[in-house]
This record gives sequence, structure tokens and C-alpha cells, in this order.
Amino acid sequence: MKTNSVKHYLFSKGIDQYFTGINDVYHFNIRFFKVLFTRPFHFREVINQSFEVGLKSLPLITLTGFIVGIVFTKQSRPSLEDFGATSWLPSLICIAIVRALGPLVTALICAGKIGSSIGAELGSMRVTEQIDAMEVSAINPFKYLVVTRVLATTITIPILALYCSFVGLYGSYINIHTEETSSIVSFYQSAFSSISFLDIFSGVAKSVVYGFTIGMVGCFKGFNATQGTRGVGKAANQAVVLAMFLIFIEEIVIVQLANWIRYF
Amino acid sequence: MEKHDKQPLKSGDPVISIHGLYKSFGDVPVLKGIDFILAKGENVAILGKSGSGKSVLIKIIVGLLKPDAGEVLVFGKQIDLENRKVLDKMRLRIGFSFQNSALYDSMNVSQNLAFPLMMNVKNLSEKEVNSAVEEVLDAVGLSEKINEMPSDLSGGQRKRIGIARTLILKPEIMLYDEPTSGLDPITSAEIIELILEVQQKYNTSSVIITHDLTCAKKTGNRIAMLYDGKFVREGDFAEVFESKNEEIRGFYNYNFIQ
Repeated sequence: MKTNSVKHYLFSKGIDQYFTGINDVYHFNIRFFKVLFTRPFHFREVINQSFEVGLKSLPLITLTGFIVGIVFTKQSRPSLEDFGATSWLPSLICIAIVRALGPLVTALICAGKIGSSIGAELGSMRVTEQIDAMEVSAINPFKYLVVTRVLATTITIPILALYCSFVGLYGSYINIHTEETSSIVSFYQSAFSSISFLDIFSGVAKSVVYGFTIGMVGCFKGFNATQGTRGVGKAANQAVVLAMFLIFIEEIVIVQLANWIRYF
Repeated sequence: MEKHDKQPLKSGDPVISIHGLYKSFGDVPVLKGIDFILAKGENVAILGKSGSGKSVLIKIIVGLLKPDAGEVLVFGKQIDLENRKVLDKMRLRIGFSFQNSALYDSMNVSQNLAFPLMMNVKNLSEKEVNSAVEEVLDAVGLSEKINEMPSDLSGGQRKRIGIARTLILKPEIMLYDEPTSGLDPITSAEIIELILEVQQKYNTSSVIITHDLTCAKKTGNRIAMLYDGKFVREGDFAEVFESKNEEIRGFYNYNFIQ
């Protein structure tokens, strides 16, 4: 009897926390859009944050994009060889990288690197009262810290995704070039002949959504951190896990939408 | 500096008036019907043991916490957390010195001091900002630390920079949250001296939250003792500690080793 009531209590507490959490996220988003177009606009801070997000992720994105291009080409070649269709390799790689791999790989790397960094930074500012210090100095910390970071990730991650796709294709070309002599111009001509504007647009559009998600989740977790230094670690960790989970959900939805538009 | 809709206040006019203030966290009541008035030019030291709600009280005054019930008037206006513009105007007239200084650790001392000024005062030249920074650094006696990072400063220096950061906006009320906690007696004496200098030079009214009786005695014209969510005694130092109340005597005996 006692065990049942404890279970019941924990179950109701879990449900309560789940819906309270959803309500908090909803209000955090509403607050973002409410203050987004109100003065003051911290353009300089948006540029600083974009610089932080973009430049610091560049080496990792370059390396990962390049390796993804090489590995994906290496893995695809044997299957195409069976059908004598290796000439389709650039098209296949280009479709896969521009439509899915470039944006997704970039988003996952940024969720790990940027999301955790934003969660930890804001979490640390919260528990050391730096956010309260902004409040009492008549500075809106939500606008200065959250809006600038979310804008920075939303603007920068699509650019990084395009860059990642380009580097991935270059990796693919290097791999093809080691197997058979081909020029880079003919490789890119063949690759881009198979994709349409919609492919590039959907890749950029989904990166905008991923960028917004990474910034928003990192800021939400960090801004609402509690329980001292333990809370900072928790905020950083949850920022990564939740952002990655949402990115995969969004990937499914956006792919479905893009396919629906493509075949409509 | 932006213009505030200031009403001229004379010495003795209330700058903070609190009536019937209640605040709880969950089921735990912290403030149980507080009444408090701070007059212009007055310096009140609020004493009380840890967890008695001293910090909660000043956080409510500055709008960091929302009271459950009661009236909080600052410069004669009710604190309204929903009206950000009015709240920010009021906050510009109040300086808040945090217990752990709360310096922005990604900025150096100069940037920490310039930040609130640049965010609140439009069209300031770099020269004007630098001169304001130098002035407040000079006021707290740390001019040589202008390019240091907060992590390179000692506890006492961090407190001084924290106070300097509030002074740069020329506040009329200063709220000090445990200004001497965690400091050695010599550094504590220096901070007490600084608080007195700020009171005289900047003509501020102040609320000093502390459990350091030396700090309370030296900085406060009036002492208020907070116990169990209510003020149990108010007056000058001698009046408060004449009390036979065990809690108040215990406080006195511990601080003065009797």
C-alpha cells in the first residue's frame, strides 16, 4: 500500500514537472519574441557572439566535414561499382551532403560545442549572481545575454553548415581523385547538376531551425540554472542532450516537409 | 545620465517605505509582516542571523524578488515588476553591492565598471567613460587595478570594485549585502571606512545587511534587528543591545566575546 502511494506520488510529481517544464520553455520562447524587436538592439554583442560561435567551431567543422566526405565516398563506391555506376558518385555524395549530412553534422557538433558552452556560461553567471547584477544595473539580462546568443547561433550555424557541405564535397573529390584521375571542375559540375535550389534552401532552412534550437536550449538551461556549481554542470549537460534530441525530431519533420514540397 | 522623474527630497523624507511585507519560499515563511522606513540621509544596519530574511528584504526592495503581500514604495512609488521601464528608472537610483561582489568574470575591472554606464547612458564618448571609471576607481582606492581580471583580485578588492560599479551610476540609495563577510578584520575595517566615505561623498542613504556588529555600529545611524521574519528591536546601537532578549544578547556576546 505504502509502495503504491510512493509510486503514485513520484508518478504525479514527474508529470507535474514535465508539464511545468513545457510551460517554462513556452514562456521563455514567447519572452524571446516579445523583446526581439524592442530597443536597445545589442548589435555589437550579436557580432561578438557570432564571432565566438563561428570562429571557434571552424577547425572542428572543417575536420569533421572533410572526414565525412572521404568516408561517405569510400563507403558508397563499392555499392555503385557493383552496378557500374561510379560516375554517379559525385551526384550521390552531393545530394547526401547538401540535403542532410552537412546541416546535421554541423548542428550536432555545434550542439555539443556551442550549446554546452552557452549553458555553462549562463549557468555560471546565474549562480554567481552576475545576472542579478545586470538586473539591478537596469540592464535587461534576457535581452543582452539570451537574445544576442540565440541570434548569433541562428545566423552562424547555417553559414557553418554551407561551409561544412563545401568541405565535405572537397573531401569526397580528394578521395575520388586518388582512385581515378578527374578534375575538380568536372567533379563539382557533376555534383551540382543533380541538386536543385530546393535542396540548398531546405539545407539552409533546417540549419536556421537547428541554430535557433541550439541557442534557445543552451540559454534556457543556463538562464534557469539552480543549485550552485552542480547546477552549472547539469545545465551544460542538459543543453547538449535536449538540443540533440530536438535536432533529430526537427530533421524528421523538415525532411517530410521538403519531400512533400518536392513531389507536390 | 538619463533624466529621472525625481521629486526633490529633503533630509528625513522617506526614500524607502515598506508596509506589511510577507515572503515565503514554498511552505517556509521568511518575512512575516515587515514594516520599515529608510529616510533620506539615513543609514540603517539590519542585523539578524543567517536565514532570517535580511538579503531577501533588500532583494525585494530592488525588484529581484516578488513579495507575496505588502507594499514596497521606493521614492514614493510602488515597485512594479511588470513595468520594466519604470523599474529600471528606479534601479538606476539604487546601488546594490552583492555579498560575493558578482563581478562579470569575462570582463576586466575597467570593462566591469564601464558596462553599466555604457548600457544606461547614451552618446557618451570614450573619454567620458574612461574618466568616470577612473573617478570611481580612485574613490575606492584601486586605480592601479584597472586592467586586472576579477579572478586576479583578492576578496576585499572584489568588494571594492563591486561598490565602485554601483557608484558609477551615482545612486541615491546604497544597499550593501554582507559587505564584510568572509574578510579578515583589517580588510573589513577598510570596507567599513569605504562605506562611510561613500555615505559622505555621494550623500547616499543606505541599508547595510550584516551580522558584523562592528560594521553595524560604525556604519548605521540606526540598527534594526530581524528575528523570525520580523523586526524585534530598532534604535541606536546602545538601545538595541540594552535588550534582555536572549537572541539579541547572544548576538552581542558572540561579537564582543563576553
